[in-house]
Amino acid sequence: MKTIGYIIQKEFKQIFRNKGMLPIIFILPILQLVILSNAATYEVKNIKFAYIDYDHTSTSRALIERFNASTYFNVMTDFPSQNKASSAMLAGEVDVVLEIPNHFERNLLKYKTTDLSITINAIDGAAAGVESGYVNQIVQSFNKDVEMSIMNTSKKAIQPITIESIPSFWFNTTLNYKTFMVPGILVLLVSMITLFLSGMNIVREKEIGTLEQINVTPIRKSQFIIGKLFPFWIIGMGLLTVGLILAKVIFNIPMLGSLALLYLFTSIYLLVILGMGLLISNFTNTQQQAMFIAWFFTVIFILMSGLFTPIESMPKWAQLVTEFNPIKYFVEIVRMVLLKGSGFMDILPQLWKTLLYAVIMNGLAVWSYKKVN
Amino acid sequence: MKKENVIEANQLTKTFGDFTAVNAISFEVKKGEIFGFLGANGAGKTTAMKMLIGISKPSSGTAKVAGFDVYSQTESIKKNIGYMSQKFALYDDLTVKENITFFGGIYGLSRKKIKEKRTQLISELGLENISNKLVGSLPLGWKQKLSFSVSLLHEPKIVFLDEPTGGVDPITRRHFWEMIYKAAHQGTTIFVTTHYMDEAEYCDRVSIMVEGKIEALDTPKKLKEQFKVESMNDVFLKLARNIE
Repeated sequence: MKTIGYIIQKEFKQIFRNKGMLPIIFILPILQLVILSNAATYEVKNIKFAYIDYDHTSTSRALIERFNASTYFNVMTDFPSQNKASSAMLAGEVDVVLEIPNHFERNLLKYKTTDLSITINAIDGAAAGVESGYVNQIVQSFNKDVEMSIMNTSKKAIQPITIESIPSFWFNTTLNYKTFMVPGILVLLVSMITLFLSGMNIVREKEIGTLEQINVTPIRKSQFIIGKLFPFWIIGMGLLTVGLILAKVIFNIPMLGSLALLYLFTSIYLLVILGMGLLISNFTNTQQQAMFIAWFFTVIFILMSGLFTPIESMPKWAQLVTEFNPIKYFVEIVRMVLLKGSGFMDILPQLWKTLLYAVIMNGLAVWSYKKVN
Repeated sequence: MKKENVIEANQLTKTFGDFTAVNAISFEVKKGEIFGFLGANGAGKTTAMKMLIGISKPSSGTAKVAGFDVYSQTESIKKNIGYMSQKFALYDDLTVKENITFFGGIYGLSRKKIKEKRTQLISELGLENISNKLVGSLPLGWKQKLSFSVSLLHEPKIVFLDEPTGGVDPITRRHFWEMIYKAAHQGTTIFVTTHYMDEAEYCDRVSIMVEGKIEALDTPKKLKEQFKVESMNDVFLKLARNIE
């Protein structure tokens, strides 16, 4: 026990003496949280909208006015012909083009039906889908108003029955994407920093030759490893704390569940990450190699964590792979506890899996750490 | 009176794939002896030493260090030996005092003992004024002396020194050997590798390794007689040339 104390003491001294490392540990994650949370948005806004109006009637102008009034669309210009519109879309000047055909108003009044043509730039398919949704909403509501006015002037008998669904959004009532993203990004920074620090720490001692010196001492493997990892565990918990404070102060993220529960989970989760870092350290000889491997896993883990894209929409095999992704569990738990107020029993499955993962990872790490070659 | 052996190696071998780095070496080192382990670069000195200090498993042969087996009792060996590697292996970003405290702690010395040793060691080395300076800022010679003292901190039976005076000026080398003598006088066995043949003359016995094998082993005096030359330098050259 005393031996571990000496190692921990030494590690902390080295960490806080390293002037290049301190900002990386504490400033970078804060910047990450503040910048990424504002940038990583799913909302589609400021859509560049243009139209071609062949009709030139009060009805067609009323429709265009609807788009003008919407906060999602920026009405850029009107084009005299489809050719002009196409080349503008090719040049990236517009995202959505609405084409109102000739006799739009006349057909509407006479035949009670007419067509509109919408062209959407779908290079970003997800955004195109959202844009199409917005356009439909506007056209629908326009449609309703037109019906009313037609009905007023014609027979009331054809009044259609409409079914309307009124959604109520739970857990994030205002659909604020930051409420969704900030907890996830918090996970990201806690994970990345601790993985990189622990991954590079022991390999650094290999590089400078001090690890050999340690290996000729009678120190036990477990003592050395606990002493080495404990400081990073503390730093990880510290990062979580800093991140939660920022999330509250800057983004006003709701924190419905128990923070103690979140800390409990994080304390186990960090063991997984630190064990992984140590494992990387054991199988590499330079900090560079360790860094590359750590990056490789982080990128996969992050993209498959459900942080940015829902796991449910991944193919079946990919969903299976995510079962082995510790970051996925952390993302789930943070969102569940903070946004839904989930309790201990709710997070129990993830807690068990993470605990098992921690045991396996650290077991492997201790086993693969060899004092004798 | 015959002194006990603290190191016994018998047909000790280490191979890496097809390459035999250490080829069936056998020798003994007696308690309190200064044993010079000589050889050209790449002759296998460091590899042999690593097997003896328990950080490299031998491919075949047997060896006992401080009475413990190099296969099964490496951790017991480690309690009884000190080691100073070719590469400077104290922490540059810790101070002199902190390094001493850390290594004392790792060897399981009591807090009181560490303090005592620390004060003694710093005054012996004359480092009082810079004991709170980072080790990285010290000149190489001082680092090496400090590193040697740290390897003796837990009062080991045997201390292994791998080219301890590489790159150090002659005066510091002289000081260093005075320290070695002092430790040997107090009963510590010294196992030292070196490239400097004048240093070989200081040893009680030397072995000379050529391409993984021990080609000569005796006192410097007898070796010179055997090869009919004036200095250890010539002994070494003659041996190395024979192989070529």
